[in-house]
Amino acid sequence: MLYVMGLATALTLLWLGMSGIYEPVVLSLGVISIAITVILATRLGLKDRETSPYHRIIPFLLYTPYLIKEILKANLTVIKAVLKPDMDIQPTMVKVKTTCRSDLAKVIFANSITLTPGTVTLRVDDDSMLVHGLYEADAQPEAFEEMDRRSSLAGDGRPSKEKGTSK
Amino acid sequence: MTLLSVAAVGIFVSIALLLIRLFVGPSLYDRVLAVNSVGTKIVVLLALVGFMMGRPDFLDIALLYALINFVTTIAILKFFRYRSFQISLIKPEVEPKGEAE
Amino acid sequence: MEFFNDVIGVITAPGWRHFVGALLCAIGGVSTVIAAAGVLRFPDFYTRLHAASVTDTLGALTLILGMAFLAPGLLIVFKLILIGLFLVLTGPTSAHAIANAAYTAGLEPIIGKIGLQKAKEEDEA
Repeated sequence: MLYVMGLATALTLLWLGMSGIYEPVVLSLGVISIAITVILATRLGLKDRETSPYHRIIPFLLYTPYLIKEILKANLTVIKAVLKPDMDIQPTMVKVKTTCRSDLAKVIFANSITLTPGTVTLRVDDDSMLVHGLYEADAQPEAFEEMDRRSSLAGDGRPSKEKGTSK
Repeated sequence: MTLLSVAAVGIFVSIALLLIRLFVGPSLYDRVLAVNSVGTKIVVLLALVGFMMGRPDFLDIALLYALINFVTTIAILKFFRYRSFQISLIKPEVEPKGEAE
Repeated sequence: MEFFNDVIGVITAPGWRHFVGALLCAIGGVSTVIAAAGVLRFPDFYTRLHAASVTDTLGALTLILGMAFLAPGLLIVFKLILIGLFLVLTGPTSAHAIANAAYTAGLEPIIGKIGLQKAKEEDEA
């Protein structure tokens, strides 16, 4: 029931934000469409803890500043590589171990790797990922340890056991 | 307004460059990549043109296009991998763990 | 109360807001051109993927942030945030889908030094 309430609240916020017209007729149409969506989602069985990760929103928001910083750094690297008249890239493939346990944390980790330019996740296995990197120096497995730790904190709600090697 | 025109012209130029990659592209995946990237740029261009014309209603269309773009990419990839749309992307539990989709 | 009104007035004054927004939009436009040039220049599929992801992050997100500065109302900012959220969620997912499909289909990536560094290595050898 709590999950259904959460879904209905999220849908109401979405509808109010998208519509912008607050007249009785339009509002009633919105109520009807929200009700239909909630009924369909309940029939599909989308009402467990995994499909409504509202308790993960605040840890994820804490994770975003670090992600933005990483994205900016990586963007500069790739833009420099594109603008160089002589191409000096050095593509590599590395296996990156992850300590993330839940699927959500793995998704956050893999998406963060792909979102930072210069590294792309090719394949996700149980506890490791195959990553293709643009520069060999940037794509060492140690470079992903902090991101792994932070995304497991955002997705699982606990720091991973292995601490990153301090440099 | 001039800076906004710079942004719009930049997006147009990059769409043209990506179209070259789309027609030249040696493999299928280069073409899919180009299509996906053009789609992202079209989303931003729709929103930008809406702002330049003073009609932010275009944002709704841009939002829809962002969704359709994602589904298009996945559908193309799925079709060229399995040659069919009727195969479930979620693997049954019985099979040994293979590659994640 | 008057102080707060002044603060709100400064924050929502169109002058600097429009300038910052237009500047961010221009940065986004230039970086999309650079990324598209990278998609044309890079030697193989996987490296092109890296160049294309610059568009998804720096290009599209700075453009959307710039438009959020230009927006006349809060509803429009909300819609722009939604578009940005969709792009952030779907961009890496489709990039991973393309990369994974290419990798399972057996497209071999180029590994090792390319271009200037490779030439240097051959000179030394």
